[in-house]
Parts: sequence; structure tokens; C-alpha cells
Amino acid sequence: MQWLTDNFITILDGVAFGLLLFTIAIGLSLILGVLDVLNLAHGALYLAGAYLAVQFFTGRVSIWVFLLALVMASVLGAGAGAGLAFMMRPLAGRGHLDQALLSLGVALVLADLISAVFGNDVHTVSPPGFLSGSPQLAGFTYPVYRLAVILVGLVLALVVYLVVERTRLGALARATVIDAPMVRAMGVDTRPFVAGIFAFGTVLACVGGVLGAPILGAYPGLDQYVLILGLVVVVVGGVDTVRGTLVGALVIGQVEVLGVSLLPRYASFLVFATMVVGLLLRPGNRMRVAAS
Amino acid sequence: MTATISPARTSAHAAVRGGWAGRLRRVLPVATVLAVAVAPFGVTPPVSSALTRMCAFAVLVVGLDLLTGVAGLPSLGQAAPFGAGAYAAAIVATRLSPVAPLQLVAGAAAGGLLAAVIGWLAVRLRGINFLMITLALAELVHALANQWSSLTGGSNGLVGLPFIRIAPAGPPLVATGYVLWYVLAVSAACVAVVVVVSRSAFGRTLRGIRDNEGRMRALGYATFWPKYLVFCIAGVLAGVGGSLWVAQAQFVSPGSLNFEVSALALMAVVIGGRGTLYGPVLGAALVVLVRYELSPYLAGRGMLLLGGVFILVVYLLPKGLAGGRARRSA
Repeated sequence: MQWLTDNFITILDGVAFGLLLFTIAIGLSLILGVLDVLNLAHGALYLAGAYLAVQFFTGRVSIWVFLLALVMASVLGAGAGAGLAFMMRPLAGRGHLDQALLSLGVALVLADLISAVFGNDVHTVSPPGFLSGSPQLAGFTYPVYRLAVILVGLVLALVVYLVVERTRLGALARATVIDAPMVRAMGVDTRPFVAGIFAFGTVLACVGGVLGAPILGAYPGLDQYVLILGLVVVVVGGVDTVRGTLVGALVIGQVEVLGVSLLPRYASFLVFATMVVGLLLRPGNRMRVAAS
Repeated sequence: MTATISPARTSAHAAVRGGWAGRLRRVLPVATVLAVAVAPFGVTPPVSSALTRMCAFAVLVVGLDLLTGVAGLPSLGQAAPFGAGAYAAAIVATRLSPVAPLQLVAGAAAGGLLAAVIGWLAVRLRGINFLMITLALAELVHALANQWSSLTGGSNGLVGLPFIRIAPAGPPLVATGYVLWYVLAVSAACVAVVVVVSRSAFGRTLRGIRDNEGRMRALGYATFWPKYLVFCIAGVLAGVGGSLWVAQAQFVSPGSLNFEVSALALMAVVIGGRGTLYGPVLGAALVVLVRYELSPYLAGRGMLLLGGVFILVVYLLPKGLAGGRARRSA
């Protein structure tokens, strides 16, 4: 019990970080699941969102500026997602590896453009004024902003869960993951909603960048860090379930934050050890491992 | 493979192979090696060093092509065995001996061992999943190099490595031309080995797995072992590439294990032409040229240019610069 009170703040930080990872990973996972495309540009889009926050969050930021930044990030993400889906369409006949390679090229170009515009400095971003401060809460002081991120992340997880598991659109998406040609054979045009899912994923990446900027900052190389942790979450959580991604994100969030605090020397190994264990233990993967 | 195609096309292939194009294909590798070998007499030392880096990188890339192009396993984590080889060579150089062949063996062993560990897990997956796991595990090795400071020097890396020597009693190779000759000899031998492996029965097995793994299994192949073996071979080659890179740079840092190295290697394979072996060697030269040599003249935006070229190649030249002619299985 004493241990829990000692590390309560760290655990809460881990939850906030995990939910931030969820916004990245759920997009990656949906795009990977529905389109079978590994979007390696996801980290670069997160970075674009983070630098958007750098640009907007100067001085005392009002709620309107904050909302404007989120709207801008959504527009940017939607445009990027639609653009990427459009760019990938001519490659559809050539297999998914070429599409992943294309997104790698886009990621490198985008990251280099960002560093050309913003330079190579490490930017720290302060949270918007109405969400700054750290009030007392049952004996603990904790930044309001991180609580807000936790709240937003939970709402987002709930919304995505309900859409994917409880709506007709979600049912179509799940059906496309399992057997896309069959869905098409039943007279459903999968193309528009495939582009829609792509755009939804990239919107989450950009919005995640804005939300995460006051926590992680913005610097060159952050794109790779975020992309790789997102991939780890996808690997741990599995491609086809929202719940799995959420659990994976929360686990990796704890391992990354609590791990750094308790075992600073081994933190980075813990993340990957978790991944390897998850990869070997998940029933679907155990089957896939056994099959080859 | 050609035997199963219609007779008319087979004879056309034979004509191409026997004609001037075929002769060019046989002469070109020798001509390239000779041209690089005489280069130190005509160019400045920085150009020689650039050629050395190209040769070293080409070993990494040609191994990756064996894995990606021939066996159909696209790895985005080849920086791991490359970096392991680089560190092993550097550690041998600082603590044990400046003898280059010793560093080479250490680098090859480190790359191969690391690949044996990573591959045990990775080759059970295919396609995008393989890409993901190799990327993630390479990132783990990157973290390891940063953490294990007593061995790797942490984020500072290992600096000031002594000039290499060919023999324990021999003189140190201070002149860039000698280093180039050493690196060229080793990398030419490596490329030759890869060509032989690719044309062997083992190479045909790998192509079979790439094109239809299910059928290969139905034919009675335990496909795990060829895939595991080719992953280890690619690891050894990456390790050799790393040790050659260090022989020139006399420096190693966690940057050698960066995602960027993996990405550059895969880009070189794709730009050159997957599965053609000599195309990716060309791709390696191009990538090193733009990323490391021309970047200062491009206001540091070499990666932007490379990314752009890469996107164009993915669209316009699906088979890479080496094109379709080399598609026939050698």
C-alpha cells in the first residue's frame, strides 16, 4: 500500500502517457487492420501536430486558441490521410509492402521538411492557461493538463470502441479486416470508407501531436520514438480489437513511465520484453507462430 | 525458371544473355571493381573515403537484398547487425588489436549472432509483421548501445580508433587509398559470395518461399530453416559492412544503430531493384553519395532529396533502377 501511494503520481503519468499512445496506436492499428497497410508516416504526422502546438501555444493560451489548434490539426490530419490514401491507390495492385515503402518515403520527406522549417532545437510546450496549474487532490498534487489528457483519451477510446463494435460502419470495417473481397462481393463499395478510416487514423495522429506536445515536447526524432512505441502497442494489443489496443497502450504506458522511474537502467528493455512476451502469448500469434 | 516458359521466349532470353547485353553484364562488375581500385591514383583522399564508405555500405545492402529481394523478407531493422558489427570491430580495435581481419571476423560474428537471436523470433512472421518486428527489435538494440556505456561508451560512442593494419607486424594503413583497397577487396568478395548463394539451389529455395511459401511447404520444405539461415547470412554481411564502415570512419556511436540506417539500407535495395543484387549495390552508392557526401552542399537536406527520389522510384520504377531485365532468376 505504501508503495502504491509513493508511486501514485508516476502511475497516473503512465496512464496519461498510455492514453496518448492509444491515440497514435489506434490509428496505426485501424489502418493496418482494414487496409493491411503499415503507415510509417504516422510518427511524422504526430510530429507535425506537435509543431503545430509549438506554433500556437505561446504565452497564455486561451481555450479558443487551444480548440483552434485542435481543429487545425484535424484538418491537417484529414488532408494528409486522404492524400496518403490517394497516393497509395495506384500501388494497390502491387502489394502492401510497396504501400508501406511509400509511407516510409513520405515520412522521411515530411520529417526533413519539418526540421527545415523549425530547426533542430528541442521545444518544450507549456499547457494552455485554463489547463495549467497543479491542484491538491486527496493529498496529491497533479497537473490538470494530464488529467485532461486522461479524460480525453478515455472518451476517445469509448467513442472508437462504440463505433467499431456497435455500428454498421464498424461492422463493415471488421468484416473488411477479415475478408475484404467477400465484403465487396456482397455489393459494398469499400473504397470510400477505406479512405475514411485512413483519414480518421491520421487525424488522431495529428491531434495526438497537439495534445501530447505539453507532455513530450517537440524535437527531431520524436516521430520515430512515437512510431515505434505505437507499433509496439499494436504488436502487444493485436490488430483487430479496440480493447486490445487500449490494454496494450495502458500496459506500455506503465512500462515506459513506471519502468523509467523504478528501473531507469532497464526501462527501454522492459518495453521490448513486454512486446516479445505479448507477441508470443497472444492466441492469434501463437497460431501464426506455430503455422510457420 | 526459364525452362518452363514458352520456347520462343526462352530463345529470346538466351539471345539477350549471349548478346552484347549479356557480355556487358559479365564485364561490368569486373570493370567497376577495377575502376574503384585505380581511383586512389586519380582522386583526392576525401573522394577515396567516400568510395570506401560506399563499398562498406554495399555489403550491408547486398545482404539485405538477399533477405528482402530474393527471400521476400523485408527487414526494416538491418541497422541492428550492422551496428553490432561496427561496435564489435571498434571494441576489438580499441582493446585488443588494430589488425583489420580480426576486427572483420569479430564484426561478422557479432552481426551473425545478433541475427540468430532476432531471426529466431522474426522469421516466423511475414510481410508487414516481419517489417514491424525487425524495426522494433532493432530499436531495442539501439537502446542497448545507449545504456551499456561500459562497453559501448554510451551516447558518446567509441572515438579515436587506431588506424587498421592488415597483419600484426604490418604498418598502419594511414593513406585512404590503402583502406579503400582493403574495404573494396572484402566487399567484392562478399558480393561474389551473395551472387553464388543466390544462384545456388538454396537461392532457388528462397525464391520459391518468396513466391509461394504454402506450395513450398506442400512440397515438403521446412521453410523455417531456409528463412532463418538467410536471415543469419544477411546478419553476417551486415556485421561485415559495419566493421568495414568502422575501419574507414575510426568511430562508432549509437547513430550507427539508428532507424535511419535501416531505412537507408532498405531504400538502397528498393531504388536499386529488389532481388537483382547488382542494382542494390548501385543503390547503396547513390544513397551514401546523397546522404553523406552531397548533403552539405544541399543545405543539409540530403534526406529530403533521397525521400523524394525514393517516392518517385516506388511509383515509376517498381523494379528499381536495375529494371526488369534482371528479373529472370539467375
